Amino acid sequence: MDFLYKPWPWYVAGPLIGLTVPLLLLLGNKKLGISSTLRQICAACIPARLPLLTYDWKRESWNLVFVAGVLMGGALGGIVLANPNAVAISASTVDYLKSQGLNDPNGLMPSELFNWSSLATMKGFIVMIAGGFLVGFGTRYARGCTSGHGILGLSALQWPSLVATASFFLGGILFSHFILPYIFAL
Amino acid sequence: MKNLKYLFVGIFFGLVLTKGEAISWYRIQEMFRFEAFHMYGIFMTAVPVGALSLFLIRKLDLKTVGGDPIDMPVKPYHHGVIIGSLIFGFGWALTGACPGPLYAQIGSGFTVTVATLSAAIFGTWCYAYFQKYLPD
Repeated sequence: MDFLYKPWPWYVAGPLIGLTVPLLLLLGNKKLGISSTLRQICAACIPARLPLLTYDWKRESWNLVFVAGVLMGGALGGIVLANPNAVAISASTVDYLKSQGLNDPNGLMPSELFNWSSLATMKGFIVMIAGGFLVGFGTRYARGCTSGHGILGLSALQWPSLVATASFFLGGILFSHFILPYIFAL
Repeated sequence: MKNLKYLFVGIFFGLVLTKGEAISWYRIQEMFRFEAFHMYGIFMTAVPVGALSLFLIRKLDLKTVGGDPIDMPVKPYHHGVIIGSLIFGFGWALTGACPGPLYAQIGSGFTVTVATLSAAIFGTWCYAYFQKYLPD
C-alpha cells in the first residue's frame, strides 16, 4: 500500500485525469469544467441582473456537487494519504526559490507564503488575493480553464481550446520569468 | 439525490490532482520555468486518454447510463480565448492553482485558499459586471 502514500508519477495521474472526461459523459452527458462553478456560485449568491449570471443555475447544480467532491478528494490525497516527504521538485527550482527568499519545500505549498497572517502582507495579498482575482476573471473571460479547455476542449480537438491552453501557458511563463521576481522581493 | 454520483467522480478527480501534485504551487513554478517534465507529462497523457475516449464514445455511439445521447463538447472561438487566458495565466503563476486545484488545496489542509477561492469568485463576478465594456 506504500504507493498510495507516495506521490503518483505523471504517467499514472495524467491518464486518470483524462478518464474523468468519459466518466462524466457516460454518467450523465456532463462536460468536465471547473471554472463554471465560480460562475454558478456568483449566479446563486449575487446575480445582480447581470446577463452572464442570470440563468437557471440550479439546473447545473451537479457541478457544485462535483467540486465538493474535489475538495474531499483533496483531503483524501493531502491528509489521509498524505505524502510524508516534501514535493520532489527539481533542484534548480529549489535553488531558484531559495534565491527568492523562500524556504526548502516542506509540503505541497510554501506554508511561509500561504497562511492566514500572510494575507495581511503585501506579498501574500498579491499572491493569493490578486492572483485569485485574475484566475476568476481570466477563466470566465476565456470561458474555461485548464480542465474545460486544457483537458476537455483539447480532447475534443477544439482548436479554440488549443489557443486558450497556449495562452494560459504563455501568460504563466511570461509572468513567472518577468514579474514574479519583483513580487518575491516585496 | 441524482447528483450524488458526481460527488464520487469529484473525489476521484480531487484525489488524482492531489496525489499527482498538480495542486502544488511548487510544481506550477517548476512547470513555468521548464525545470521538470512532470506537469507536461500529466497534460500529455491526460489529453490523449480523453481524446481516445471521445473517439470511442462517438464511434460506438455510446449513450449515458440513463440511455441519453452524449453530445460532443464544442468550444467556439472568441477573443476572450486569448485575452482571458493570458489573464488567467498570470493568476496561475501567482496562486499556483487553476480552479480545480483551488478546491483540492482547501481540502488538503490549506484553509487560507478559501481566501484565494473567494477572490476568484469575486473576479468572475467582476468579469460579468464589466463584460459589456470589454472586447468579446
